[in-house]
Amino acid sequence: MSLKIVVLAKQVPDTRNVGKDAMTAEGTVNRAALPAIFNPEDLNALEQALRLKEQDADTFVGILTMGPPRAGEVIREGMFRGADTGWLLTDRLFAGADTLATSYALATAIKKIGGVDLVIGGRQAIDGDTAQVGPQVAQKLGLNQVTYAEEILKIENGKATIRRLIDGGVEVVEAPLPLVVTVNGSAAECRPANAKRVMKYKYAACPLEVAPEDTRKGLREERPYLNLTQWSVADVDGDPQQCGLSGSPTKVKEVQSIAFQAKESKTLSGSDADVEGLIKELLNEKIIG
Amino acid sequence: MANYYTDHPEIAFHLSHPEMKHLVDLREKNYEDAQKGIDYAPVDFDDAMENYRRVLEITGDVAANTLAVNSESVDLEGPHLENNRMIYASKTVENLEQTRKAGLYGVSMPRRYGGLNLPNVVFSMASELVAAADAGFQNIWSLQSCIDTLYEFGSEEQRQKYIPRICAGETMSMDLTEPDAGSDLQRVMLKATFDEKENCWRLNGVKRFITNGDSDIHLVLARSEEGTKDGRGLSMFIYDKRNGGVDVRHIEHKLGIHGSPTCELTYKNAKAELCGDRKMGLIKYVMALMNGARLGIAAQSVGLSQEAYNEGLAYARERAQFGEKIINFPAVYDMLSRMKAKLDAGRSLLYQTARYVDLYKCLEDIARDRKLTPEERTEMKMYNRLADAFTPIAKGMNSEYANQNAYDAISIHGGSGFIMEYKSQRLYRDARIFSIYEGTTQLQVVAAVRYITNGTYLQVMRDMMAKTPDCELKNRVAPLIDLYEKAVAYVNDANNQEVHDFLARRLYDMTCEIIMSLLIIDDASRAPELFEKSANVYVRMTEEDVCAKSYYVMHFTEADLAAFRAE
Repeated sequence: MSLKIVVLAKQVPDTRNVGKDAMTAEGTVNRAALPAIFNPEDLNALEQALRLKEQDADTFVGILTMGPPRAGEVIREGMFRGADTGWLLTDRLFAGADTLATSYALATAIKKIGGVDLVIGGRQAIDGDTAQVGPQVAQKLGLNQVTYAEEILKIENGKATIRRLIDGGVEVVEAPLPLVVTVNGSAAECRPANAKRVMKYKYAACPLEVAPEDTRKGLREERPYLNLTQWSVADVDGDPQQCGLSGSPTKVKEVQSIAFQAKESKTLSGSDADVEGLIKELLNEKIIG
Repeated sequence: MANYYTDHPEIAFHLSHPEMKHLVDLREKNYEDAQKGIDYAPVDFDDAMENYRRVLEITGDVAANTLAVNSESVDLEGPHLENNRMIYASKTVENLEQTRKAGLYGVSMPRRYGGLNLPNVVFSMASELVAAADAGFQNIWSLQSCIDTLYEFGSEEQRQKYIPRICAGETMSMDLTEPDAGSDLQRVMLKATFDEKENCWRLNGVKRFITNGDSDIHLVLARSEEGTKDGRGLSMFIYDKRNGGVDVRHIEHKLGIHGSPTCELTYKNAKAELCGDRKMGLIKYVMALMNGARLGIAAQSVGLSQEAYNEGLAYARERAQFGEKIINFPAVYDMLSRMKAKLDAGRSLLYQTARYVDLYKCLEDIARDRKLTPEERTEMKMYNRLADAFTPIAKGMNSEYANQNAYDAISIHGGSGFIMEYKSQRLYRDARIFSIYEGTTQLQVVAAVRYITNGTYLQVMRDMMAKTPDCELKNRVAPLIDLYEKAVAYVNDANNQEVHDFLARRLYDMTCEIIMSLLIIDDASRAPELFEKSANVYVRMTEEDVCAKSYYVMHFTEADLAAFRAE
């Protein structure tokens, strides 16, 4: 069956390659020093969506992202790999959002898109590591959710069969559509960008991304698919009070730059008694177990 | 994330060569595909260049994050034989899938058949990136360029039938070699007979050492003219694996490029289509096929040279001995600087050659649609001659340099380089075939020698000198050209074929080194930050070598041959 799929994607600083300039003197993230990338687990999510599209060419895959205008790059990245289009939520009123305000914004946009069968996102973003946004979106939309998904095995008769990662193994679950799925990093890696799609969509942009002196304006007028949708709070009929900083109960009180220091060391022999003692100690201190 | 393209700005430098404007304008025929509504076709020169950069970024990404990651596993597993079929190493299958999803097939083909219409310059760059990650996989991937020969000489019906399949990612092979026909392809015996009943050709016989021999679409050299014994009795055929009739009898166990399957094939009444005209198989089509393949090996060599240099450099930066990082020892940085100089000079030669090939092939392709102007015809002939003269030097020198760089990478690693856990041993094994297949270096010398004797290269050197801005390095090359000219005249005047053949390699090396010196001086004048060091090092190496070789040549007579003849 053909589906309408929204992939939730976030542009994040590449925290996997942190250099010495990664933090500012004030202890905040120095975004200029970290390249902005497509959140890795969102790419795993996109791959699941694209596999469904491979099974039915009529399946529609769109990328939904929230961020500053340059986050349009995430939509293009998605289109290069196979997505049909995307929507960028960008507005000063969206800025400073915690997970609650973010999921409110995304849920509102998904309602606006309408008729969505499947919302797929990564388990979590590498900058916040909360894993809250996907489940909160499901909650706000009143949809079922499957988290930690590794593979969408099939979708038949309005039901999705999904393999998910659980402690010590995997389980296969079935859930009715519409559905929110969050995908784990252990899922299949996303396919690379496709040469022809890159050639076709490389000038796709949201209105705010286009500089006044842009030389490809004429091309964008001729080719409507190069104009990506950009939505403000008002465009998605959102409540400004629930968006951005004002909609975020989480407040950052203080940020500290912590340098780990070696504590006292213990020398253990390889004897059974020492090993057992160490295991007990680690269990008691809840370091393992 | 690692990216083999963006990590090496030298490649982007060559992509932005001043001649590209003319080349791309010709290639895109006034950007007519975009006007016809093909949505991925470029609308102007800048747009085309942007497309090239983007395709190379994709290739660099796949190379670094898929092919390179899989390369060790592919090397260890290799392909195997199952019921007369070749089965790729499991990670090779993954490599094929990823490159197909990235749309990196049919790259040189016109868009009307589903291709990307990329010029050879860009194809060679992509080839280089793929080879740097996994030289064996580059064979499988770059054999797609056999389709160029089918496009040039096949019928429109054959084009429509086969080209879209290559664009979709099917693989190719060129079935030339036989047990008794290696370097001497005139001896090919595989028999082609016309089946009147089925109105098709039938192939019977054996082919050996066929790279990617169980491919989807084969170009086959076979003897169609009964009773003939030389090249004039050979024709080229297309064999489609879907029709069956060709089995893989054996897969060779090789020193290197383990991922690239080298097959022995048996043809049992295999149905085939004639490609082009009868009797032109070897004389015309295989020559075209081989020239393309030779450029592919030159690109493969440059890719591996880069990887060997990277491995050597990384190790030298990390490894400390005698309380000092080994990169600071003159003996080590001498090696590294020569590796880099050979890499940079060789790459420059590769892309100069690729541009010549592009310029003449673009004009040749335009001639398929309309009559060329007299100026265009003159230009096409000139570039055709330059492409023919440059291909054997680009292939020969780069394949030798890849071997030298792989050797030096191991030297820098010391004992560790001899251990199988380090990549440099694989590079060393993989590189060895480069100077053998698609014509050994000795045969590249044979292909180049006529241009040495008739002064083509000398004229090239003089033209390049005239265009090079005055600088110290240029002044140092000038006397070397004089030495070269005298050495060539000396050998010509000796008027003895055996002396001529014996000294040809030395003249060839001198030719290549002087031309590459001039190329790298030009590169350094436009991008000193990238090439100034290499230009300096390379010109010194050329001085060292050209002086020694000219001395050798000028002191050689017919009587000296006796001391060399083997018994």
